[in-house]
Amino acid sequence: MIIYETVIGLEVHAELKTQSKIFCSCSTAFGAEPNTQTCPVCAGFPGTLPLLNEKVVELAIKTGLALHCEIPPISKFDRKNYFYPDSPKAYQISQFDMPVCKKGYLDIDVNGSKQRIGITRAHIEEDAGKLVHQGDITTTPFSLVDLNRCGIPLLEIVSEPDMRSSAEARAYMEKLRSVLLFAGVSDCKMEEGSLRCDANISVRPAGQKEFGTRIEIKNLNSFRALERAVEYEVKRQIEALEDGEELVQETRTWDEDKQITRSMRSKEEAHDYRYFPEPDLPPISISRERIEEIKARMPEMPEQAQMRLVRDYGLPEYDAAILTLSPETLVFFDDCLSRYPDAKVISNWMMGELSRLLNQSNQDISNCKIKPDDLVQMLRLIEDGTISGKMGKAVFEEMFADGKSPAIIIKEKGLVQISDEGSLLPVIEGIIQANPKVVEDYKNGKDKAVGFFVGQIMKSTRGQANPAMVNKLLKEKLDSL
Amino acid sequence: MEIYELSVHELQERLTRREISAEEIVRSFLGRINKVEDKVKSFITITEESALQRAREADRKGQYLGIAGIPLGLKDIFCTRGVKTTCGSKMLADFIPEYDSTAWRKLDEQQGILTGKLNMDEFAMGSSTENSAFFVTHNPWDLNRVPGGSSGGSAAAVAAGEVAFALGTDTGGSIRQPASFCGVVGMKPTYGRVSRWGVIAFASSLDQVGIFSQDVRDSALIMNIIAGHDPLDSTSAAIEVPDYASYLDGSVKGMRIAYPKEYFGVGVDDAVKAAINKALHKYEELGAIVEEVSLPHSEYALPTYYLVAPAEASANMARFDGVRYGHRDFEALNVVDMFSQSRAQGFGDEVKRRIMLGTYALTSGYYDAYYLKALKVRRLIANDFDKVFLDYDVIISPTTPSTAFKLGEQIGDPLTLYMNDILTVPVNMAGLPGISIPCGLHNGLPIGMQIIGKAFDEGTMLKAAHAFEQNTAYHTLKPELGVK
Repeated sequence: MIIYETVIGLEVHAELKTQSKIFCSCSTAFGAEPNTQTCPVCAGFPGTLPLLNEKVVELAIKTGLALHCEIPPISKFDRKNYFYPDSPKAYQISQFDMPVCKKGYLDIDVNGSKQRIGITRAHIEEDAGKLVHQGDITTTPFSLVDLNRCGIPLLEIVSEPDMRSSAEARAYMEKLRSVLLFAGVSDCKMEEGSLRCDANISVRPAGQKEFGTRIEIKNLNSFRALERAVEYEVKRQIEALEDGEELVQETRTWDEDKQITRSMRSKEEAHDYRYFPEPDLPPISISRERIEEIKARMPEMPEQAQMRLVRDYGLPEYDAAILTLSPETLVFFDDCLSRYPDAKVISNWMMGELSRLLNQSNQDISNCKIKPDDLVQMLRLIEDGTISGKMGKAVFEEMFADGKSPAIIIKEKGLVQISDEGSLLPVIEGIIQANPKVVEDYKNGKDKAVGFFVGQIMKSTRGQANPAMVNKLLKEKLDSL
Repeated sequence: MEIYELSVHELQERLTRREISAEEIVRSFLGRINKVEDKVKSFITITEESALQRAREADRKGQYLGIAGIPLGLKDIFCTRGVKTTCGSKMLADFIPEYDSTAWRKLDEQQGILTGKLNMDEFAMGSSTENSAFFVTHNPWDLNRVPGGSSGGSAAAVAAGEVAFALGTDTGGSIRQPASFCGVVGMKPTYGRVSRWGVIAFASSLDQVGIFSQDVRDSALIMNIIAGHDPLDSTSAAIEVPDYASYLDGSVKGMRIAYPKEYFGVGVDDAVKAAINKALHKYEELGAIVEEVSLPHSEYALPTYYLVAPAEASANMARFDGVRYGHRDFEALNVVDMFSQSRAQGFGDEVKRRIMLGTYALTSGYYDAYYLKALKVRRLIANDFDKVFLDYDVIISPTTPSTAFKLGEQIGDPLTLYMNDILTVPVNMAGLPGISIPCGLHNGLPIGMQIIGKAFDEGTMLKAAHAFEQNTAYHTLKPELGVK
């Protein structure tokens, strides 16, 4: 049996976070009424000319630095020609042979094994508009064109074919997202399309040097879609080869509903984009000084933050990796840490309860009702024995649901832990008296008996009894019988 | 002398002396249009009402600043807010822009009066204005002949006294060649000197806005208004603009003038050569040093141009797809048919020819052999000029190999027609300024002399042109047109 190796390279389009579009002053805000954020320039009217938004270049340089890229002193724009109703000039202003960033890398970590994924290049280009069909594209009686998105600045980041599994592809994508978020260059909202991914996938017999036939998969709009599509495609390609078929170079699309890839066009049908230098824009020249100046202002990157968490606070690498997936998560953690000294306790709550509740409710940490201060207050209440850790979880759910402070929830629900002997002793005595058989068991050395008594005590105090104190008093009482 | 025969600076003098009003001026030119337009056919759109209104406003203000009260025409390639801008094409037959081209906005701010939009070869592709989708324009010197092109309407309107001056564009000779054929001054500034914003693009790396006027002083005055950096055009140069009128001192004493032997070769009519030689003698008489030079790569300029310009045009024309504006075939059953049928119906033959040429030149596999090679040759052509300009102030040649040809004579033969630009195209390839001024008549038809300047040194070029004009009377010759 032949063992196959998977080869994956990713092309990621990240929307750069600017107020205005790349070549005009229209807003880039998401979700506006169709065609309300357009002007003669981005709608490709005759006689209009592009004017480069300098912020785009700055964000591109930042990204390049974050991805350890070379930033050449000169890069230029080119026209990529193709007809489509969402492309008003019928060419896209992009960068062909002189991109703004090249030769970088990104380190990823899959199940504890570290890998370096090469980045071939990153280039600036403008986004196209959007077509709105009535139902399916093949049967729609007409289609509408919305040019709001047209001219939004993109950075296309192209990796080397260095990934060997769907897990690595996902890890690369997640790591890239966190780097872009930390660099502050993109919102990376996959659901809004501000981070999009195409995958080039091939398989080859293990040990073979040449690459197999490359298939490009488009329309991968979530990490899950990327993972599933790679898995599906690898299986499809291997099966085809096993059946003696020859794979053809083609572009396929991921069908989210059916969870399969479908052929879009073959190599023969591929566009000839007829690239040539954009005569309306002079080349971009980037000085050493400018790069140094931007470098000096670079925020902390995820890797640096991870090192800090491990080195300064003794967190396990796993915790550090999770806490640095997004800057908001790290800010939340750092904020808690400035008020509460135990990093591991904070990390446990964030990675455990908080992360579970966020996932369940499909929220992210930036719009979460629990603020760092609330979490810290709750940790203090556990620490000083006001509530137990178990009660804490219940309180935490309430906090998450309606944003109340833990003190208020405890007060409203009467959840304060019972820690005084005077209140606990009568309860303990009552339960011992009511269960002489279990007392017998205890005397005969059955450990289970203690568990039974504790359970009964907690039940009758609605979980508010201080567990440590219950254990202590119960043992004293039983032993004195 | 009629008012419409006066130059811009003469009109300005009379206005400031309160000898005439702006309304009188505009009425005189509109009257002239009424009389001769049937014969010349320069205008696609005449903006009579708004022109009169603007004139009355200027008179009410009573102060004639800038070019207040001066009637002008614009090649129909300049976007004018609220005024139909067709680019000579069926594709844009009903297109009304919401924005002004920068060059027009500057004239407008100086209170210039737009009297109309002028005929042109469709999308500026042509050398006779016969490629207009609407009608042909006639040469005022001989109505059976072409006015040249692509800015033929602009040249004819100035020559016929329909406007005091006009703007055109020049990609390979589209100002200088029609100026030469119509016996007027036609100036193309350095690439980047005048903003291209709002000027419908033909070949973006070559297109440049320029001026048609009755004399050199008028061109200098208008240059003072339209030249300069425009933040909306990234290819416009942030280089200081001098006062061009200050160069016009009438003297060429000690000026070093070169004439390239390649520009007097086979294909250039003897009468044209004779007129230019006579002009060069005139310069010597006036104290200039006149010497022969060589521009060896100029012979490759035309083929190079016909790779670069169509390549850029093929992309620039692509936006005319019927989706957002312009001609659309509403019968088309799907989007691909809509694209191809709208374009098949909206574009004329020459535009289609150049789109095909350019598409071919850019096709992968041919790019290196054609487009890339053309860019390299373009560099060599520019280097030739740079070398000559180390030792000389201006270069002089004929503007065109012949005088105006007959309507219909060359339109069926694109290659012959392309040869008209053989002496002007190298200047565009090098991005240099060039001016054509009248320097003689042959069989009743004007001959033009081309003066080429150093990049961003339009001043010296204008100085040389002005000195010739001061010492000759060719620019005062007017076509008869059979009406007075």
